[in-house]
Amino acid sequence: MWLNQLWFVLYVVIIGGYVILDGFDLGVGTLYLFVAKDDTERRLVLNSIGPVWDGNEVWLVLGGGALFAAFPLVYASLFSGFYLAMMAVLLVLIMRAVAIEFRSKRPGVRWRRTWDVFFAVASAGIAFLLGVALGNVLRGLPIDAAGNMNVSFTALLSPYALALGVAALLMLSVHGGIFLTLKLEDELLARVERLVPRLMIAFFVVMTGLIAWTLLLDEDFAQNYRDRIWTVVFPVAALAAAVVAWRSILVQASMRAFLASSSMIGLLMASVAASLFPVMLPSSTDRANSLTIYNSASQQNTLTVMLVIAVIGLPFVLLYTAGVYYFFRGRVRLDDTSY
Amino acid sequence: MTKELLDRIQFGVTASFHFIFPPLSLGIGLMLVIFGVQSVRTNDPKWRQLSLFWVRIYGLIFALGVATGIVMEFEFGTNWSVYSRFVGNIFGSLLAAEGIFAFMLEGGFLGLMLFGGSRLGNKLWLFATSMVVIGAHFSALWIVMANSWMQTPAGFEIQVGPNGAQAVMTSFSEVVFTPSFVVRLLHVLVASWMLGAAMVASVSAWYVLKERHVDIAKTMLKVSLPIFCVLAVLQAAVFGANQATEVTDYQPQKLAAMEGVWSDQSCAPMYILGWVNTSERTTTGIKIPCLLSILVGKSPDTVVQGLDSFPDDEHPPVNLVFQVYHLMIDLGSLFVGIAALVAFMAWRRKLFTSRWMLRIIVANVLLVLLAIEAGWWTTEFGRQPWIVWQQLRTLDAGSPNVSATTVAISLTGFVIVYAVLLVMFVWLLNRKIQDGPEEPPAMEDLESLPNSFGEIFARRPRASSRVE
Repeated sequence: MWLNQLWFVLYVVIIGGYVILDGFDLGVGTLYLFVAKDDTERRLVLNSIGPVWDGNEVWLVLGGGALFAAFPLVYASLFSGFYLAMMAVLLVLIMRAVAIEFRSKRPGVRWRRTWDVFFAVASAGIAFLLGVALGNVLRGLPIDAAGNMNVSFTALLSPYALALGVAALLMLSVHGGIFLTLKLEDELLARVERLVPRLMIAFFVVMTGLIAWTLLLDEDFAQNYRDRIWTVVFPVAALAAAVVAWRSILVQASMRAFLASSSMIGLLMASVAASLFPVMLPSSTDRANSLTIYNSASQQNTLTVMLVIAVIGLPFVLLYTAGVYYFFRGRVRLDDTSY
Repeated sequence: MTKELLDRIQFGVTASFHFIFPPLSLGIGLMLVIFGVQSVRTNDPKWRQLSLFWVRIYGLIFALGVATGIVMEFEFGTNWSVYSRFVGNIFGSLLAAEGIFAFMLEGGFLGLMLFGGSRLGNKLWLFATSMVVIGAHFSALWIVMANSWMQTPAGFEIQVGPNGAQAVMTSFSEVVFTPSFVVRLLHVLVASWMLGAAMVASVSAWYVLKERHVDIAKTMLKVSLPIFCVLAVLQAAVFGANQATEVTDYQPQKLAAMEGVWSDQSCAPMYILGWVNTSERTTTGIKIPCLLSILVGKSPDTVVQGLDSFPDDEHPPVNLVFQVYHLMIDLGSLFVGIAALVAFMAWRRKLFTSRWMLRIIVANVLLVLLAIEAGWWTTEFGRQPWIVWQQLRTLDAGSPNVSATTVAISLTGFVIVYAVLLVMFVWLLNRKIQDGPEEPPAMEDLESLPNSFGEIFARRPRASSRVE
């Protein structure tokens, strides 16, 4: 059973890794049209994530694979139940990947402007949809005894889920903006530096309201915290990280702000996980139908094999991810090979 | 249309479209490694010029491969939830292993590969390229492994729980090394390398025909054509043939459908062209007597089991399998012919001057791609009516909570989006080829780039003037 718990933790780490890493490049995409006006500026912003966005998105692929392997029943129920929403996510993922790759391939103004819009809309769309998806999970899903659910696309767009979508969009915009302060120079940098604190205030306001709403939504969340009082550490530390990010950005300590913002996101993910554990998909029809880390997991044999694979693989992943980020550190310069 | 059929069409369309890109990246990746090695070995800037050109095309292919690949990973859950629950323990693990071992390696180093042209010396750029290409090959390894488990499942037992049946892993090594895995992997890899070589050859032959970039085009032809010719022969004689033997041993129904064999027979013929009439249970066409028996049993006396020996509800769509299989092997035989022709023309020193020969080389890449798709269709149609061979029927594997209308909506969406993507991909690829390779980089510029890990860490970060 400890394997199930460990895999739950590993799963949160993978999803956290995805939201932190792809999160900043989704945020960069969201801010793209607002901060960068002409082609050179847009190329500078686009190339700030140019060498890393693909590697970041792989964390999502890893998340999908790990869910399929470790908790196949959650994977099957969630993906089939969210059918059309999943298709929408796939559509924006495709749009975004091709927009980044296609844009630079031709010099035409209209060609590039079109892909600019695709890139920005798709980036914001992914951030928003991921928030909406999380909102629906937290609100509970109509899972039946066989583990299936049937939710119409419109039913997914409840006010709470939409509010979480907005919060996710704001959070990743802030994160992306902070990343850009590490990468840009001069007037473009100044523009981002003016924008980020305003976004942060908006995010803090929305987030405060959302936390209150979440606690009202379902007493189990608060009860889970009362039962495992030490997990209060996560939200408290997230708040501390948010404060550090705020203070750092005001004194232009970009790297510290970025690390703080990354920590805040990771800790918020941990907070959500702590409020759910051991449930992964709460059922709104009958609590007994909820999918937990025990009733939806693969057998111990599979979890063991997967653990060995993760223990061998993850250190390499972290090592070369760090290496690539180190290599591309510093502010963006454009050359022949840039996007 | 039934929901099962819609699900299958959607998976078929998305998989076939996705399957344009991974073989191309495996094959062109191999060519890029060869260019990189030559670059390091000779220091001749033309190799770096070639790498710069093909890396851009690789970037385009890779982006489409990733975008359409995520679709595949999600579709198991969205459209085939019963299947996903059934195989999660096993198939899911292999996909997750692909993510961590292969995809991460590719994605991590892709930036260094794509942007390395202006930032890395020959050696380090080759290192980054090799990591991406090794990643792509790992990816093929795990995916082909997962597919092979669906074809010839092993190392599991069935447990029935409250949420339906699940295949539970009893032996990881049996799951990895299912009987069809190694032969299938080699067959797929060789096909992909053929495609990469054919692609490079096609572009170069076109340049020679148009008398553009002729020197560098001849260099590319000299690298790619020998690889294509040798692999074409090996594929037909060894790797493809081995696959037929494997199918005979483990999926005899599939083999019977591939050649339209109805009753058990010795001296079974192999068709070149033909038609299967499933209601009359006959197969007619141009055939070579006894060849199938010889191929699968090394002797004309070998008895090939016919479809009559198996219940009708375990037959795949026979004529469809027969046609796509013959499309593949006829093209495979054609490639041997083209290889012989290329060798002959090279021996007569007419390769670069014969316009019809060059035109054949230009067109060849499309045929290789078609053969690869046909091979994929053969193995997947041939597995029907099973989604996991003799364990779970495709009919029973779909998501019960998703309606046919919903699938029709998403299928329409995929068809439209993929059609647009295909048109844009071909157009951009064509533009890139029309533009041709840029001028080779100056040697002195090259020498200032870091060429070892030590130099990277010694390098000062650029423009970090801001006080933090």
